[in-house]
Amino acid sequence: MTTTVPAVTKPLSFPVVKALGQEPAFDVGDQVRISVRFPIGHYRVPFYVRGKHGVIRMVLKPAAVNNEDEAYGRNAGIKSYYYRVSILLADLWPGYAGPPQDRLDIEVFETWLERM
Amino acid sequence: MATHDHHHEHEHAHPKAPDEAPPGYYEIMEIAVRELLVEKKLIEPDEIRRQIEVLDSRTPALGAKVVARAWVDPAFRARLLDNGRAACEELGISIYDDTQLVVLENTDKVHNLIVCTLCSCYPRAVLGLPPDWYKAKAYRARAVKEPRAVLQEFGTHIPDDVEVRVSDSTAMVRYLVLPQRPAGAEDLTEEQLAALVTRDAMIGVVRVQNPGTDRP
Repeated sequence: MTTTVPAVTKPLSFPVVKALGQEPAFDVGDQVRISVRFPIGHYRVPFYVRGKHGVIRMVLKPAAVNNEDEAYGRNAGIKSYYYRVSILLADLWPGYAGPPQDRLDIEVFETWLERM
Repeated sequence: MATHDHHHEHEHAHPKAPDEAPPGYYEIMEIAVRELLVEKKLIEPDEIRRQIEVLDSRTPALGAKVVARAWVDPAFRARLLDNGRAACEELGISIYDDTQLVVLENTDKVHNLIVCTLCSCYPRAVLGLPPDWYKAKAYRARAVKEPRAVLQEFGTHIPDDVEVRVSDSTAMVRYLVLPQRPAGAEDLTEEQLAALVTRDAMIGVVRVQNPGTDRP
């Protein structure tokens, strides 16, 4: 088993400027809407969540290649963040029979999310 | 087959060997793509065989060991929930692709269920191949729409004051449910606990049962 040495170094007081897209655009707790788009070809956002509102539960780090591009072999240079978006099942399905707190969590690439 | 001389009047279904029927559309496509990749020297034939060997070495017994360790070792449990991939690799379970592993903890307040509505994303590195029902359209469609009815069909009743949280695995993340440790299992060893943990419990369709108390 490897032993992890805890980091003790504090960040510098004059932080560097980060490149565009280097930091996630959304934080945990942000309200988002999943875009309504109908791209042709390979996609990873199922129809049933398009246009639905949710909240960011988790930012998946590090940034990753967009699967929708990767499917065509374009797997370099276009990295961004995936988020686990949490949606109430009652918002997803009109007349949902279960209790109001039931939820769906789904991972969505940043380019599909709109800030609310 | 001329040499096949015993009679088949009696009723037993005798499964066809893979090459007895003419190949289907997707089988022909798979063979063509594979042969092209080999011919163009993008892969070696042994790489495919080797990957099958990798998959065959992954079974729910691995996931069960991860769960049992998390039950007996709170520090490991914390690391597992923080970074499932790193914690599994700590136990020697290599994650052989670029996916992340998010471990979902069942509690008194939340019951987790895993599905892949688009296809069959599954934590293969820790559980092996998914069961057929996991890939069936009925499970994939119903798990996100009426999860409680699906759970009920697996014999799992979730009380109304507990949140059912369905995770649809569509891209970068594979999920593993960390079930609740069953009541009455306080005296069991880590190995005995691992023996209680089933594949279905790590998908979230059932709870972990303690045969000592749950099935008298």
